[in-house]
Amino acid sequence: MATTTTKPETLVGKRLRRREDPRLITGTATYVDDIKMPGMHYAAILRSPHAAANIRSIDTSKAASHKGVLAVFTGKDTHDAGAVPCGASLPGLRVPDHRVLATDRVYYVGHPVAVVVAIDRYVAADAADLIEVDWEVLPAVADPEKALAPGAPAVHPQWPDNTAFVFNQEGGEVDKAFAEADVIVKQRITSQRLVPNPMETRGVVADYRAAERALTLFTSTQAPHLVRSLVAQILGLDENRLRVVAPEVGGGFGCKIDTYAEEILMAYVAMKVNKPVKWIESRRENFLCTIHGRGHVDFYEIAATKDGTITGIKVKIIQDLGAFLSLLTPAIPTLSVLMLPGLYRTRSIRAEVVGAFTNCVATDAYRGAGRPEATHGIERMIDLLAAELKMDPAEIRLKNFVHNDEFPFPTATGLVYDSGDYAAPLKKAMEMANYDELRREQAEARKSGKLMGIGLCTYGEISAFGPSPATPAGGWESATVKIDPSGTVTVLTGTSPHGQGEETTFAQIAADELGVDIDNILVSHGDTSLVQYGIGTFGSRSTAVGGTALYFALQDLKAKIKKFGGMLLESNDVTFSGGQCVCNLSGKSVSVKEIAFASYRAMKLPPDTHPGLVATHFWEPPNFTFPFGAHLVVTDIDPETGAISIRRYIAVDDCGNILNPLIVDGQVHGGVAQGLGQALWEQAVYDDNGQLITGEFMDYAMPRAHMMPWIESAHTVTPTPVNPLGVKGVGEAGTIGASPAVVNSVVDALAPLGVKHIDMPMTPEKIWMLVRGGKN
Amino acid sequence: MNITLNINGKSHSHDVEPRLLLIHYLREVAGLTGPHIGCETSLCGACTVEVDGRAIKSCTMFAVQANGASVVTIEGLAVNGKLHKMQEAFWNEHGAQCGFCTPGMIMASKQIIDRNPNPTETEIRHGLEGNICRCTGYQHIVNAVKAAAKATGA
Repeated sequence: MATTTTKPETLVGKRLRRREDPRLITGTATYVDDIKMPGMHYAAILRSPHAAANIRSIDTSKAASHKGVLAVFTGKDTHDAGAVPCGASLPGLRVPDHRVLATDRVYYVGHPVAVVVAIDRYVAADAADLIEVDWEVLPAVADPEKALAPGAPAVHPQWPDNTAFVFNQEGGEVDKAFAEADVIVKQRITSQRLVPNPMETRGVVADYRAAERALTLFTSTQAPHLVRSLVAQILGLDENRLRVVAPEVGGGFGCKIDTYAEEILMAYVAMKVNKPVKWIESRRENFLCTIHGRGHVDFYEIAATKDGTITGIKVKIIQDLGAFLSLLTPAIPTLSVLMLPGLYRTRSIRAEVVGAFTNCVATDAYRGAGRPEATHGIERMIDLLAAELKMDPAEIRLKNFVHNDEFPFPTATGLVYDSGDYAAPLKKAMEMANYDELRREQAEARKSGKLMGIGLCTYGEISAFGPSPATPAGGWESATVKIDPSGTVTVLTGTSPHGQGEETTFAQIAADELGVDIDNILVSHGDTSLVQYGIGTFGSRSTAVGGTALYFALQDLKAKIKKFGGMLLESNDVTFSGGQCVCNLSGKSVSVKEIAFASYRAMKLPPDTHPGLVATHFWEPPNFTFPFGAHLVVTDIDPETGAISIRRYIAVDDCGNILNPLIVDGQVHGGVAQGLGQALWEQAVYDDNGQLITGEFMDYAMPRAHMMPWIESAHTVTPTPVNPLGVKGVGEAGTIGASPAVVNSVVDALAPLGVKHIDMPMTPEKIWMLVRGGKN
Repeated sequence: MNITLNINGKSHSHDVEPRLLLIHYLREVAGLTGPHIGCETSLCGACTVEVDGRAIKSCTMFAVQANGASVVTIEGLAVNGKLHKMQEAFWNEHGAQCGFCTPGMIMASKQIIDRNPNPTETEIRHGLEGNICRCTGYQHIVNAVKAAAKATGA
């Protein structure tokens, strides 16, 4: 750590309970739906019931005349609003024109068609039901492989091949690696579409003050400044008169990075009706209209020598994009490509990504965003290779890891891995599990026909997004630290935490650096009128990038504190430590509080110094960080029911230095739950007509308390040299590590039956069929 | 319809539409912010409150059905500023991340130990199965319920 280690009160590294919790556990936090304003009206959105249809006509007259209705808008009314933005670009990318309301055609079930503004939410919903649309239903395609097949219905008539882009990346000598390989293993591997499902759905309150030309948008987002810039641009507003506030945000997991049609639409509508307007997404709408994650069909080939050295990897990725490109949609599978080397020394990699339009809601960033898909593929392929070579899955991994003396390690996909000891978490997990004994137990169990599996995943990830050239909209982060005349400290961060606990961890950093009581520190975020600019919270970046910006802002502020301290002590030789400026000659000291008062009173200023104690730092990271870890899962399969029982779940994660172990554990647990959800239960299922079959919690199997195993979490610590805090990021690690570990475990359990691969989710029905002899 | 109910110790009377859900009554009419709406289909538990001593999902009940009832929400758990032991346990054990499921989760957790002061981990997990949390993986919530049970001295 960069903090002084001599101070006994150091808070960084302590298992502190969170400072944001009092409002959460008392029900007094303010989420978007808790905001009420005088004269506020409610919006309800009429959405397409069809995946593909022409709109012959819309009759809004009954809705408009319904008692309590203020206004009704259709796509014809809102055509002057700009398009819903896609912020990612690829060579030759086809970007469909994505309007805030459909005009003459709809492209997925849930596509917004009209909006009603009314006196309350019941009246708004009643009136939306009174809108009559004359539909001409068209053939739809909801499966990416079917969409790419000749003769498939065209999602966008102008692009009959349903191909948004083809992206190729290659490094090393792939053809040579495959020509000279002793063994080549091939497998089709899918990562099914998932619904992010934060417990708080999206929601917007738009408040327009015409006389001031001032619009305030309260929105449940992970990136309020981005929303401000984009909505201002789309609606032609002055950015300095648009205030975006992310109040308490009830989870995001990536799906609240995007700027959505509804955010633009509510801003537009509020300006038209001159009243504050609230829209709260229903859970059904959230399933249909908020982005989904994953949606991969991948064709892997792995080449190796007979001693198990991996020499090359080839993959063709079919990415289900949905009908429109949301903010980062086309960028997500390119992250999968970057991740393909995993933790291994393989220097020859070739990837082709085909982006397929389907009549579904867009896919985009969901916890891990491209990295779980790639990790799942690679970690499955390594197990398949191990099985082919009759090697132990741990042995083959240990053989291929990047060596500790090879960092910084340049990969075949153009990254430079920062630091690592890749064998350490695997060895620790194996020790915790007593791996050799487990294998002996498994051998015994197999003799009596019992189905017991041991699965490994050794993952790497790209975190701390990231260097600006590699991150759409910028990858830096900002922090401001202010000390008031009375000595209280305010930290403003450009990150936008929504459950990750930075109000605590950032206060820990500031308390240590300034030597002040943590109770004197307030950490604020999420309001563009408060924070000058910021990027937001996603991609395991907040602490590694935002925390580092804070660290540097604190250094700037400390330099100023020392100047004022020196002036007050009439000394050029002062040390600042433990909240005191001490003259090294006289031993006299002044506190931060006294210095703060003097800096604002400004009776006398040190040379070249301005009044006040404020520092702002924008920090651009020189690289990503690369966390890593090993998950080990022991499963037992009930052959009678196909039920999978997880006996042990061991997660050893290396996220660099740990600022607050309690919070890090929580991130790992939650991440693992989402990875297990993908491995075992969750799937967004569209039928052939593009209807979302799993469109409610009744049908979409969210992990619940009784379904989750106990997670044994442990860590190795390899600080990153990328930032002075040495932190790498932990938000997505659990999700990335979990799904391959569980699938590998279940495949291992069923290996005696000849099973080599199982696609997710591994439902009991699927397992039962495999046990009964059907091959997946 | 005119209804009168007691919410967190205070009497509330209003003329409401028969179709008004209790959760909408609590939030839109009575002005509470603690019970949350996660699904409106009785599947997520974010709106869990106590009605006459039983934890119920307040989106599964009409306001008129609560006429005459005594309702306790998360806002009513702390007494004179002193947190309920379940709230304290959620804080100590990091049972909340984004906090959206938390009020319902605490109300459901309170009922678990009200009914069974010394629940096993399995009993806790089954007691929580009606409440979805997307952030925590439930482990710290389970720890919180265990800690609260222990604090009861059972």
